[in-house]
Amino acid sequence: MMGPLLIGLYVFVLAVFVGFEIITKIPPTLHTPLMSGANAVSGITVVGALVASSSGDTKISSILGLFAIITATVNVVGGFLVTDRMLGMFGKKKK
Amino acid sequence: MSLLENLVPTLYLASAVLFILGLKGLTRVKTARRGNILSSSAMLVAVIATLIEMGTVDYQWILVGLVVGGLIGAVAAIKVEMTSMPEMVALFNGSGGGASALVAASLLWKNVIEAEGAGTAVEALGTAPGITAVLSMLIGALTLSGSVVAYLKLAGKISGNPILLPGRHVLNLALVGVSLGLGLYATWSVADPGTLAMLTLVVLAASLLLGVFLVIPIGGADMPVVISLLNSYSGLAAAATGFVLMNNVLIIAGALVGASGLILTQIMCVAMNRTLANVLFGGFGAEETASSGGGGGADEYGPVRSFSAEEAALVLEDAESVMFVPGYGLAVAQAQHAVRELASLLEKRGARVEYAIHPVAGRMPGHMNVLLAEADVPYEQLLEMDTANPELKSVDVAIVVGANDVVNPAAEKTPGSPIYGMPVIEVWNAQTVIMIKRSLSPGFAGIKNELFEYDNTMMLFADAKKAVQGMVTELKEL
Repeated sequence: MMGPLLIGLYVFVLAVFVGFEIITKIPPTLHTPLMSGANAVSGITVVGALVASSSGDTKISSILGLFAIITATVNVVGGFLVTDRMLGMFGKKKK
Repeated sequence: MSLLENLVPTLYLASAVLFILGLKGLTRVKTARRGNILSSSAMLVAVIATLIEMGTVDYQWILVGLVVGGLIGAVAAIKVEMTSMPEMVALFNGSGGGASALVAASLLWKNVIEAEGAGTAVEALGTAPGITAVLSMLIGALTLSGSVVAYLKLAGKISGNPILLPGRHVLNLALVGVSLGLGLYATWSVADPGTLAMLTLVVLAASLLLGVFLVIPIGGADMPVVISLLNSYSGLAAAATGFVLMNNVLIIAGALVGASGLILTQIMCVAMNRTLANVLFGGFGAEETASSGGGGGADEYGPVRSFSAEEAALVLEDAESVMFVPGYGLAVAQAQHAVRELASLLEKRGARVEYAIHPVAGRMPGHMNVLLAEADVPYEQLLEMDTANPELKSVDVAIVVGANDVVNPAAEKTPGSPIYGMPVIEVWNAQTVIMIKRSLSPGFAGIKNELFEYDNTMMLFADAKKAVQGMVTELKEL
């Protein structure tokens, strides 16, 4: 039976390989949106921030959690929106 | 198992699959926007799953955080100019990294420091989460401070030149040692809450300092590499947080971002013919300039032929094929719309217009493509360097707009040049090269560009936007 750390490592390594396979196929034209989009994905840490800020009290842990959720949400919302804005420019119909 | 227990992991799995499908969408321009929407829905699913998993909690901070963060992010994303995209991405990278570090710190406080009789962090959280919490803080904090420095350099708020501190390698090594060593010691064997809190703060401070020292010696032209790498770090920090929480979605999403940043970093390095180690530790701009005797100033040049916009327009009048080569100067001058206008005019006159994009043109991977897309240039006209180079032999006029090092023939013809071996766009193969540049000043590599002296080169000394607009005006009058 594998420990949780090992399972986590399996998942991590396999995901890295999936990432490599897909990302090498992305054309240079889309590298900026890829970066801002991937950037937004790294805001997945918002999931951890939710847990961290779920006490609602004013202990240090909750204040840290509050700042975590603010910064993570900036990352997620800003990242996805700006990526969509850019991709919208690529997709514009030409007259 | 209850329904709820099954539901949450299933939602996490769905989220992970959606992230991967979203990334896959980005492999084609046509499906890219849908891919981005898939990724954002993956995020939503993950958030919902977490909220379900947490059950009823106090939502006060969660709501405040989501609203404040959401507003800041949305306003920034809507307002930002396409030319400032590198700065924007740098800041977003930093906030993602910072968030991961904050999550790890918060969990340490909540489960260890504030919990009575919790023992050491490793005892309270488990071995792997205890250790990865340190990693998450280290990588997250250095991503934050490194990104802020990168932002300041990109925005011109501090000098883009490499700032080389004496003994910086030793210093950096010491900082890594301090943050990792102290961090592991603290989580492993410190049970006293006060001491643990203090040591955690020291670890965070050392990591922040490390981020600053890692980015400050890197020159402005190497920013594409730095941003890509920080992008990768922000993913790794998220993955480390995933290990702390034992949450597979975090691990998977973090790994995908880590891989993406790493690949872009690699592509940028190849395009500059440099190794990653050289970019990170070389302090390129500074040392090379010093060794070549401050080379590349105006006095080093023989006769160069300076032309007016009118003369350039005369050349363009008969051109049947034109290739634009944009560089960072185009972004600085916001010349993308003027370029598009000139291109439309040329197309109306029957010329074939294309654009050759060097992988490191601009300040982040793909920067030029976004700017030109903003100006309605069809992406089919944007050629990668490898496609553009063979075509240049049959091109009548190549117009270089604000690029320098990426069209320097020394990269192919002068062994011993600092940029020798770097792949460049071979504009000199075109019949005529119109080089729009403000002066003879060197590019970031700090070296002379012999292209300026070539017989088929027309130098047009002006701001990129004004020069292109001038050519448009002249061409209309012909």
